[in-house]
Amino acid sequence: MVEWVRPQRVGEAISLLSKMPLDHYQIISGGTDVMVTQRLSMHQKNRDWLDLSAIPDLKEIEVHDKGIRIGAGVTLSALRRHPQVQKFWPMLAASAAVTGAAPIQNRATLGGNLCNASPAADNAPVLLAYGASLEIAGQQGSRIMDYAAFHVAYRKTALAAAELLVAVHIPYPPDKSVSLYRKVGTRAAQAIAKVGVAACFQIDAAKTIVQARFGIASVAAIPCSLPTVSHYLQGKKIKQIDAAIVRKGITHDIAPVDDIRSSAEYRLETTSRLIWDAIQHVE
Amino acid sequence: MKVSMQINGQKMQVQAKPDSRLLDVLRDELGLKGTKEGCGEGECGACAVLVNGQVLNSCLLPLGQMDNADIVTIEGLPSDSPLVASFHACFAAQCGICTPGMMMAATALLSEYPQPTLEEIREGLSGNLCRCTGYGRIYEAVLQAATGVTHG
Amino acid sequence: MCEYFVSGFDVFKVRFIMEIYKRDVGAVVDKAQPKRVDGLSKILGTAVYVDDIELNDVIYATTLRTASAGGVVEEIFFDPALDWSEFIIVTAKDIPGLNAVKLLENDQPVLVDRVFRHAGEALVLLGHSEPDMLKKALSHIRVHEVPLAHPVFDIDEALSAENKIIPGNVYSDYLLEKGDVDKSFDEIECFIDARFITPSQEQLYIEPQGMIAILQNDGVLRIDGSMQCPYYVLDALEQCTGLSKDLLRVVQTTTGGAFGGKEDYPSVIACHAALLAIKAGGKPVKLVYERGEDMRVTPKRHPSRTMLRLGANRAGELQFIDMDFAIDGGAYRTLSPVVLSRGVIHAPGPYFCKNIRVRGRAIATNHPPFGAFRGFGAPQSIFALEVAMDQLAAKLAMDPAEFRRKNLLRSGDVSPTGDILQNDCFAQDALEEALRVSQYYERQAEFKHWNKQNNGTVRGIGLATFAHGAGFTGNGELYLASRVLLQAHGNGQVEILCSNTEMGQGAATTLVQIAADALQLPMDKIHLAQTDTTRVPNSGPTVASRTCMVVGELVERAANLLLQKLMTEGGLSKLYSVDEFADACLRMQESKKDLLVSASYQPPAQMLWDENKFTGRAYSSFAWAAYIAEVEIDKLTYETRILNFTAVQEIGHAVHPQIVQGQIEGGVVQGIGYALYENVLWNDVGVMANDRLTNYIIPTTADIGPIQVVLMEKGLGAGPKGAKGVGELPMDGPAPAIVNAIQQALKMNIDQIPVMPELLMKLACSERVSQ
Repeated sequence: MVEWVRPQRVGEAISLLSKMPLDHYQIISGGTDVMVTQRLSMHQKNRDWLDLSAIPDLKEIEVHDKGIRIGAGVTLSALRRHPQVQKFWPMLAASAAVTGAAPIQNRATLGGNLCNASPAADNAPVLLAYGASLEIAGQQGSRIMDYAAFHVAYRKTALAAAELLVAVHIPYPPDKSVSLYRKVGTRAAQAIAKVGVAACFQIDAAKTIVQARFGIASVAAIPCSLPTVSHYLQGKKIKQIDAAIVRKGITHDIAPVDDIRSSAEYRLETTSRLIWDAIQHVE
Repeated sequence: MKVSMQINGQKMQVQAKPDSRLLDVLRDELGLKGTKEGCGEGECGACAVLVNGQVLNSCLLPLGQMDNADIVTIEGLPSDSPLVASFHACFAAQCGICTPGMMMAATALLSEYPQPTLEEIREGLSGNLCRCTGYGRIYEAVLQAATGVTHG
Repeated sequence: MCEYFVSGFDVFKVRFIMEIYKRDVGAVVDKAQPKRVDGLSKILGTAVYVDDIELNDVIYATTLRTASAGGVVEEIFFDPALDWSEFIIVTAKDIPGLNAVKLLENDQPVLVDRVFRHAGEALVLLGHSEPDMLKKALSHIRVHEVPLAHPVFDIDEALSAENKIIPGNVYSDYLLEKGDVDKSFDEIECFIDARFITPSQEQLYIEPQGMIAILQNDGVLRIDGSMQCPYYVLDALEQCTGLSKDLLRVVQTTTGGAFGGKEDYPSVIACHAALLAIKAGGKPVKLVYERGEDMRVTPKRHPSRTMLRLGANRAGELQFIDMDFAIDGGAYRTLSPVVLSRGVIHAPGPYFCKNIRVRGRAIATNHPPFGAFRGFGAPQSIFALEVAMDQLAAKLAMDPAEFRRKNLLRSGDVSPTGDILQNDCFAQDALEEALRVSQYYERQAEFKHWNKQNNGTVRGIGLATFAHGAGFTGNGELYLASRVLLQAHGNGQVEILCSNTEMGQGAATTLVQIAADALQLPMDKIHLAQTDTTRVPNSGPTVASRTCMVVGELVERAANLLLQKLMTEGGLSKLYSVDEFADACLRMQESKKDLLVSASYQPPAQMLWDENKFTGRAYSSFAWAAYIAEVEIDKLTYETRILNFTAVQEIGHAVHPQIVQGQIEGGVVQGIGYALYENVLWNDVGVMANDRLTNYIIPTTADIGPIQVVLMEKGLGAGPKGAKGVGELPMDGPAPAIVNAIQQALKMNIDQIPVMPELLMKLACSERVSQ
């Protein structure tokens, strides 16, 4: 008989995890992915369940003077409807709004979307472009890590044993900034992305790019950013930007994949076009 | 695992495995067969129910998370509601297998947007697949339920 | 400043119109139509589908299938670690009758004995009271298969393959010929030569297939399930179980969509469930597929490839149509010859052309067999022709509407099958109406302007003109010899007894309405009997857009016979009230006179068809249509979306306009899916790889705006009050109309569907390179 454990506090969850061998618990939050993979796997192990949905701390959204702290258990429908998220982090409201459809958004959590570690996670590009960081709790207390370092390999995260993602921190976008998000899916709703692109540019009064940050999902084996392109764009004005160099940078930074939803060719080309289009919006 | 829920206004206790799907509990334990299984992976919405007022796919809900939940299934919707009348009047059901889920999604939609625009309807119902109607009669039915006006 | 853009998410406003034109008068009908007889039970969730049936002591069932794309099963090994005595096990050796699925030919086994032709063929059936035990058992059976060395999955590879599945790998080879194509080719002024590809398409009824079988105490084997054709199931059971028909009973449960997908395969599931039930000691056996299994093993639309040469003179008159049309039939014959025949007959379209040659072949490959899906071969060949028509128009520098106007059939013309068209020809009318209501020329001008501006998208408008013949082809209806019974009761209630099924399309309502109209009774006095083969006669399968037209006509005729009978034998006067009708019925009942009448199919006069030469009148009536698609393509991503869609059709008489509207809208949206997203992908053993709703993509509400539907009633079809069949018609037009719109917007030729952004990008890039 499998056990269903439903801690009320993060600390309780961590101590449960630390007492048991790795993979003893199947962790569940909104369950929109876990419930499917669990059922599809032919040889399901009878793992006990660690249910995070009763931890009030994980459901909190706190907007403060540096930015926003979003509990890992906040649902996507709560995010897309949150007035301050809509105002200051519109790309996040948008990415939450194009993840699945209403019945999914009502259940799926931001933390789940990241920890499930799908390369196609709809909210990943936006968090990368906004320069988000993650608050991770473990036995020794909590640590903060750059979200860009979270996805280490295909469906593998930097979470250590007995660690939990508790919150996502996003700073306010810089005063003068332009941001763009675009999801390309086969249909307009309930689509797993084949390309997801987010870009956030900080510009100065002279329209020089102070900083450019990108997030790409669904193109490579993990959600990723474009360090080479970001570096190249820094300190440039639109007219100084060479399309060929940007394109080369993209090719350097991502290794596109072929799968059942799209081709590596299309993904790379579309990413290049969307990034170039985003750059054009700086002016 | 013993779980207490309010289902269609009635307090109920269910004894089942904690990772049982709410869908199976409703259909097999409680005999509420109006909730349908179309895909078993949260894609089609045929199994949609309301949980604490929100539309959710019951195939993705483990019983372990349902303690004290307030659940409404198609059997719990009033049979004389404007939505039932408009679905009937507008021929919004054809084969009917997606219809209960569509009704639940439409109920949730109308509680959030009592006077929805066509765009809001199209976005709000996008988690419910229908293969028969091409959706036109469903849009019409939801608009009619909200406004009482026939759009032709 | 925090600028922000999101695209690919906004939805478009489209007009919400349905107009029904009454015989040339042009008035919009605003009459409240009778509601669906099954409406409330479906809306309230009380309708009982096969998976909803309460069963005691049920045996659940599962199927072990072959893994290779053809080969030989050498041994099936049951792991002794498991106690197999708890299970009901059925293999080919347990089949009491013939091990063949009854259809056109007995080539497909119910269960693989030794040799098999595709992956996913049923090999062992297992039954157990615990579903979890079935899962476990499957992993304890090992099958030793010797796979086929060189399976083929492609039409042309199958034709040239060394080792054939059947002689020549051709199930059927048809030729429709008129005039002399070769001779006319020499005189041609402008022509195109192209090759078109259409993919398989999954019906994706939302209710997966399933059957329940029980061997009753009285020795009757009863099957309940989701199906289109109860008598097909009955015939298959008779052949496979060896039981006589009086010991077999097939009952249709509420059917959650079918679209052709529940035409032949329910026979297979029924046989499987029956074989288990025979060994189940009177317990009910439930065999309901999960979505993935349903998608992997049940038949889908035939993939096709078409080589097409189309020629015209400078004036834009079609000079010849030369088509080599081939469909992938999969590993067994099943319905492929019939699908092919419809595809060939519809291939030349609704055009007048002196020289036509259509060669059609159904090819054997190692895919699971393909089957019926709305349109039945016609969407494939019509796609090729209609897209080629636009390509030829472009080459002639002629507007596609004008090019069609010049060539569409008119009354008095000789059809492609050599039939002289009488007055029931409305190809031109449908086109003109579609151009008018869609404001085709205005839109075209707007789009030209739009495309010149620096927008993020390009727009195009495209059309397709086509006709669809309803009912079985040629003499098919004659062979079917359909029969309908009407049973009146002493209380004045009338029951319709026929084998045609309600599967969502509205047949139950339409047939009741036809009877109510003919009997001049309110609808609640008429009842369609449950489709139970022990009660209803064989009125033919529920396929081929025939139910309203062919069976509806039988119901109407039976109703008139009933009235006659009541008037001559029951003293009913010419004008009667509902009560007087009931009184007459009661009098008849009391005097022990029978209240049962029957009507059987009689072919229309002039219905001559030569099925070997493909000449004569193929269908008693054609519905005529012109569809117009307006599309927008993102210049960056090549995503396509539909801006507006107009569907105009001449359908003789709309028995129930709103039900017809629902059929058109539903079919159009399936056609939009076929054009833009729906693509069955194959794994390396030829089985559907995208077997989930997350990766087989059908349109959602977010993709689909309202569709403009216009029903024209001008002609006289073979059905009640001139009704023509409409079920399949809307599947034919959307794909070519959409592709033509995209061709126009992007100024490039497209020769396949679905038009995924990946395809467009590839075409655009290769065009750039070649320039």
